[in-house]
Amino acid sequence: MEVFKKTNGLTDAPFHYCPGCTHGIIHRLVAEVLEELGVLDRSIAIASVGCSVFSYNYFNCDAIQAAHGRAPAVATGAKRSMPDNIVFTYQGDGDLAAIGTAETVHAAARNENITVIFVNNAIYGMTGGQMAPTSLPNQVTQTSPYGRDVTLVGYPIKVSEMLSQVEGATYIERVAVDNVKNIKNAKKAIKKAFQNQIDKKGFSLIEVLSTCPTNWGKSPKDSLLWLEENMKKNYPLGVFKDRTKGDE
Amino acid sequence: MAKVTFREERCKGCGLCEIACPKKIVVIAKDRINQKGYHPAIITDQDACIGCAFCATSCPDLVITVEK
Repeated sequence: MEVFKKTNGLTDAPFHYCPGCTHGIIHRLVAEVLEELGVLDRSIAIASVGCSVFSYNYFNCDAIQAAHGRAPAVATGAKRSMPDNIVFTYQGDGDLAAIGTAETVHAAARNENITVIFVNNAIYGMTGGQMAPTSLPNQVTQTSPYGRDVTLVGYPIKVSEMLSQVEGATYIERVAVDNVKNIKNAKKAIKKAFQNQIDKKGFSLIEVLSTCPTNWGKSPKDSLLWLEENMKKNYPLGVFKDRTKGDE
Repeated sequence: MAKVTFREERCKGCGLCEIACPKKIVVIAKDRINQKGYHPAIITDQDACIGCAFCATSCPDLVITVEK
């Protein structure tokens, strides 16, 4: 009996991600959920710009590559024209929290019936480790070599907290993938986000705290510790908004 | 009995499986490299495996399959 095998939700293409990057884990969780919910054959992935730009090579479903930050807008169009399809975006923090802030907030405000997977690793990965809107105070990056100076460049944007204040948004949760327990919790959250879409409940966003060993300048193991010690302090895990219970 | 197999050619030697393994039997083979040029993950004692699949759950590159 197989306890663990590769999901059909992913193609067999090897990931291009750096060693120890947790994008691969998050890809797998999304793909497993699509397969388990039986919606793989009618799913549409909206790929973003950033490290996850090639996610259309990996998800075993149809995909559209959106312009930088515009994945929620493209998803809106896809979902409204094909409401029976399951439409999700897979975006990093440089895409969703910087150039794509407007699209994200407005998709939430309209309560578009889409699922957004937001991967937050507090840095611009693909372009070489520049400071992102989500970089932590005092975090050293290529463009903040003395640490992020909040008096000069401001504070990190906390996307889940921000979107929980948007009246339209249905479900907002932040999870992490730094250990087996959290990976299982992350999968539960992602499953709920997709179930919300199937049940036509509206906009769901799952923020996943992820690592970037290459640009953090740490080994994969130390990156997990850094996530645990630093990321979680600034970005606490939990459900920030849940309108599916009918108590709001 | 649990059996763990590695698609070694996909492994990038990140070692996330190594820290996830509760039995400490998944390790990075420092004495050889795979086609990609990384030290691949291997299992040192197949009989001690309890089939928890923690290694496979932590693997970002779909290297590991677990059977019981």
